[in-house]
Formats: sequence, structure tokens, C-alpha cells
Amino acid sequence: MQAPGTVLTVRKVEAYHAMTLVAPAVAERFRPGQFVALAVGGEHTSRLRRRCFAVYEVKSDYGGSVEFVFSARDAGTRWLAGRRARDSVDVIGPLGRPFPLPRDPVRCLLVAGGHGGAALFSLADALRRRDCQVHFVLGGADAAHVFGARSAKRVGDTATVITEDGSRGLRGSVGDVLPRVIEGTGAEVVYACGPVATLRSVTAIAADYGIPSQVSVEEFLQENGACGVGLCMTCVLPLIGDDGVTRMVRACADGPVLRGERVRWNDIGTIPLDALGAPRALHLSEGTAEGGEAW
Amino acid sequence: MNLTTRLGGVELPNPVMTAAGCGGSGRELAQFFDLAKLGAFVTTSVMMRPRAGRPIPRVAETPSGMLTSMGLPGPGVDTFLARDLPWLAEQGARTIVSVAGNSAEEYAAVARRLGDAPGVTALEVNVACPNAEDRGLMFGSHPGAAAEVVRAVRAHTRRDVPVLAKLSPDVADIVTVALACVDAGADGLSLINTTVGLTIDTGTMRPALTGVSGGLSGPAIRPIALRCVYEVHAALPDTPIVGVGGVATGLDALEFILAGACAVGVGTTLFHDPSAGPRIARELEDALAERRMERLSDAVGLAHRPPVNALAGLVPRQIRPEPPATSHPKSDKAEDNAKEPKP
Repeated sequence: MQAPGTVLTVRKVEAYHAMTLVAPAVAERFRPGQFVALAVGGEHTSRLRRRCFAVYEVKSDYGGSVEFVFSARDAGTRWLAGRRARDSVDVIGPLGRPFPLPRDPVRCLLVAGGHGGAALFSLADALRRRDCQVHFVLGGADAAHVFGARSAKRVGDTATVITEDGSRGLRGSVGDVLPRVIEGTGAEVVYACGPVATLRSVTAIAADYGIPSQVSVEEFLQENGACGVGLCMTCVLPLIGDDGVTRMVRACADGPVLRGERVRWNDIGTIPLDALGAPRALHLSEGTAEGGEAW
Repeated sequence: MNLTTRLGGVELPNPVMTAAGCGGSGRELAQFFDLAKLGAFVTTSVMMRPRAGRPIPRVAETPSGMLTSMGLPGPGVDTFLARDLPWLAEQGARTIVSVAGNSAEEYAAVARRLGDAPGVTALEVNVACPNAEDRGLMFGSHPGAAAEVVRAVRAHTRRDVPVLAKLSPDVADIVTVALACVDAGADGLSLINTTVGLTIDTGTMRPALTGVSGGLSGPAIRPIALRCVYEVHAALPDTPIVGVGGVATGLDALEFILAGACAVGVGTTLFHDPSAGPRIARELEDALAERRMERLSDAVGLAHRPPVNALAGLVPRQIRPEPPATSHPKSDKAEDNAKEPKP
């Protein structure tokens, strides 16, 4: 599951980059929603954080190839964007919890913000094979920051595009259009991938309509993760477990796909006071303070 | 090649371990290699209660390193004993349990709980914890406080289970702290924990981490760690040292061995390369073989020899320079340590 991958292509897709790697072990075992963790900077790199990207699609060519989409916004991702065919990149994958698939043919709504759209197309294929209806809602800041608008129109039963500046599709955010789409399509389940703010609103609206949401926190993982495999504990967010207890779970190893209504979206970036192991100012029974400075 | 090494009364098949807090529960690494191939698996610090740790952001990438402010997240000793330790034992891993606390009593209580559990190879006392009874000052920053927690753990640990003290480099003199810990009963030392640093997000124009400052790890701190190992080995040549700090390759490990460590801990490198443990052991084995050494133990502390002069053979023995005395004034064993160069 960790191996050097050979770059086939790196191409620009609007505001993003798409990289295709020969990585048979990833391609063989991939399920929609899973991600890859890449080392950046080459053999003697000084950048030790792995970068995590949802897989866009896998193909069987060259023994198995994998494509993912990313935004070149820091030195590590710019290094990736600068790779050429035949370069080698160390890749681990496929990683994480995939999107659960419905047993029966149901009406599915696939919602994305920004490059999160890339995670939804392999899911759409899998749903199609199960005779599910697939409806897309893709959002982004502007026309260049919506991934897959054209493909969605081709693949989806319906596709709604909405940008904050109105430069493609409707003007507004995903949340503005979602109730109308849910009503119009009769969606029975919502899948989503994108920024935390988008996932929060998708989850809330789905809950209003009483439909389950399965959301990928891949973008959160990209921003906070350092290893991708569950070791470093830096990508944690508060999740309510089956027992009703909130725990800080890892986006990489416990996700990236989570049940939307279990995530405490408004508490991301904090340790909720009722979370398991949350700092308590004073244990009166013991008289010792806890939760001081510790690395 | 004989890679076996000893920590107190315990023999390990090779000197490559995980560093505390970097190997998860063990299950995450086991996807990449057999944990029994490690010299030992060092756990995340175990405290009495479950601990959620700090809010994110907890990590910032820095040149050749990472700055982290985790807040010691962990499952607590009960869950560790019920869920993690038996699993590690099943894998055949030799488990060194990192022990932490907010007070000497908590360290002692954790050690007592671990005391009779099967499958504990050794304990490692993480003295880089805030002392709740001393304004949150790190135990390890004061020789007396570091010795107090080591003594507390030693007193509650079976004699045949070695107790290591893991020291912070952020002290005026690490040798003083090392001597205090050994006097208090530490059978060995892990050197070093992270060193405190800061990084600022130029976008938000605020410190990048929620905890403001954090612990710097990775190859960036390797020279600091090597200096600490070298100084402490010079002062305490008979005390086993686990060298920790930016070990990424077999040659890095060899540097630590030559400086006086008899084992190495691999930490941040695991985040970047989770398969690194067995790879580093292999590379170390090759590096020793290339130097015509048959045993790891032959290499331990070799860097403390006086420099080898190309003309040494031509210089009459009596006028060869004296081995340099180590600079540390508290070291009364320095001479023991200056070994003759190999022929």
C-alpha cells in the first residue's frame, strides 16, 4: 500500500491540477471516497507532511493508474504540480473509509464544493451500476473553482451548478439551492465532499428533510493531516459515536467519509467540553489541575 | 551481523524503536510492517484518564521538521491496558510504555497500574510534561522534579522492568538532569524529546498553532539530539541511551550509535514514511557491515575516540596526544570513556 508511483500526466483543470500516477496497488483496491497520501519534494525532501487527496478515478491502464485533483496552493502542492511524466512520487493508498453504497436503487444527491467534486465521480459510477439516480449540485467561488461541471451534466440525471459570483450557473452557495433540488429530485440520500462550511450546511439541510448524509472531510484532512494513516493525530474533529459520546476522531483513519449528522460541525477547531478526555479545569475530587501546557 | 542491544536487563533483537507518540496504537503501523521486526514499540504517553488533547491546528510544517502541539492525546491507562497492550503482545511486539502525568502521584499511579500487566518490556518516563503543582512548569526542566517522577515510577515498577527517562533538550544542562534521573533509579535515558519552537501563519498573522508554541521534531533537531547523546554518554558511559531526534536513515541511526546511543527512536519520520522502521534497521545493518563491524555494540560511543591521525602509526606512542577530556565538569567518568582507537 506504500509504493513509488510513476507520473503519467499532470494537467491543469481550470483552477486545479489533475495528476495521474501508475499505482496498481491503489487502483486495484480503491473504493469511492478513499484517498491517497503523497510525499512531496522528492527523496531528500525537507517537507515531511504527506498530502492527502481524494481519488478522482482509477483505471486499469499501465497495470492500474489513479488520478486525483488538487489545488497548488503551497510549496508542497506546487512541487506536485511541477512533476512531469515518468517522475516518481511516493504514494500510500487507498486509505480511509469509503462512501457506503445503498443496497437498493435510490435517488442520490451528490453535492460538492470546489475540488471536492473530484471525489464524487467514481461514486456516481458505482451508484449508476446499482441503478441509482444520480443528481449533482456543484458549487464554488467562481467558474474556475467548480470541478467537473461538464462531466456532471453528462453523468448525472440532473446537474446544478452554483457559484458565489454567478460566473457559472446560478449565483449563491450550495446551501441556497439545496432545498429546491432535494424537493425537485426526491433525493433519499445525500453524499457530499468539500469545505467544512459546505458540509455543515449540506448536513443541516439533509437533516431538515430527514434524509441521511454521508460526507467526506477530505478538504479538512488536506489542511490538517500530516500522515494520512492515523499516526499523527493532527486531523481530529469531534464526532458523536453510536453510544452518544463525543470523541475526537481522525479524519484520515476514522473518515474521510463520516455520517454528516454525527459530526459536531460548529465545534470543529475546538475540543467540546463534553468530549471524551476534554480538559477539565479542576478535578475537585483530586485537587489537581489538568490540561496545562503539554506537547 | 549481531544487532542485539540491551536496555538495562532487557535484550532487544535490534536497536530501532518507534518514538513515543509517533506510532499510534501500533495498528496503524502494522499495515506497513510486522511490529515484531522493531527492536521495541514505544507507545503514546499513557496517563490515568483519557485525554482529547488540544484543538487543531496541532501541526505546522517547518524546514526538515514539524512543529506540533498535541496536548498529549491518549486513551488513558484503562483503555490502554484493555485494548492496546494485549493487541501489541499478540503481534509479538516488545512494548515500551511511555508514562506521563500531571503530578508525581499520577506518574506513580500509572506505573502501578502497568506494574503487573503482561507484555510491558520497559517504561519510559516522559518528563516533558507540565507539573500542575508547579505552575505548569515542565518536570524535566528541573533536575529535582525530573528525579522525583523517575523515583515515583521506579518505586512502583517491577525490578526486572527497566525504567527509561525521556528528557527534554530545553534545559540549561542536560547532563545534570540525566545524572539526577540515573541517581533516582533510571536504568536508561531517551534523548531527546521535542524542543520548543514557534511558527507564525503569515496569512492569519497569528501563531500557526492553537497552542502558540509547539514541539519541534524531525531532522531539523537531529544535531541537537546528537549533541545531547554525546554529552550524556561522555558523562554516563555505562547508561543505555535511546537516541531520538530526526532519525530518517540508517546512517542517521549510526550517528546516534557512534555518539553513544545503544538504540534509536524513529518519530516524525514515521509520519512521512510509515515503513521506515525496518528500512532503517536494514540500512544500519548495511552501514555497520560496510565498516567491517560485526556487532552493533562495537559501534556504540565510537565517536568519543580521539581523532585518528593518518600518521598515527609513525608517531611514537608516548607523544600521541592525550584523549581529550570531555568538557563537562560534573563528569568524573570522562576518562573511562575515552577509548583507544582501533588498530
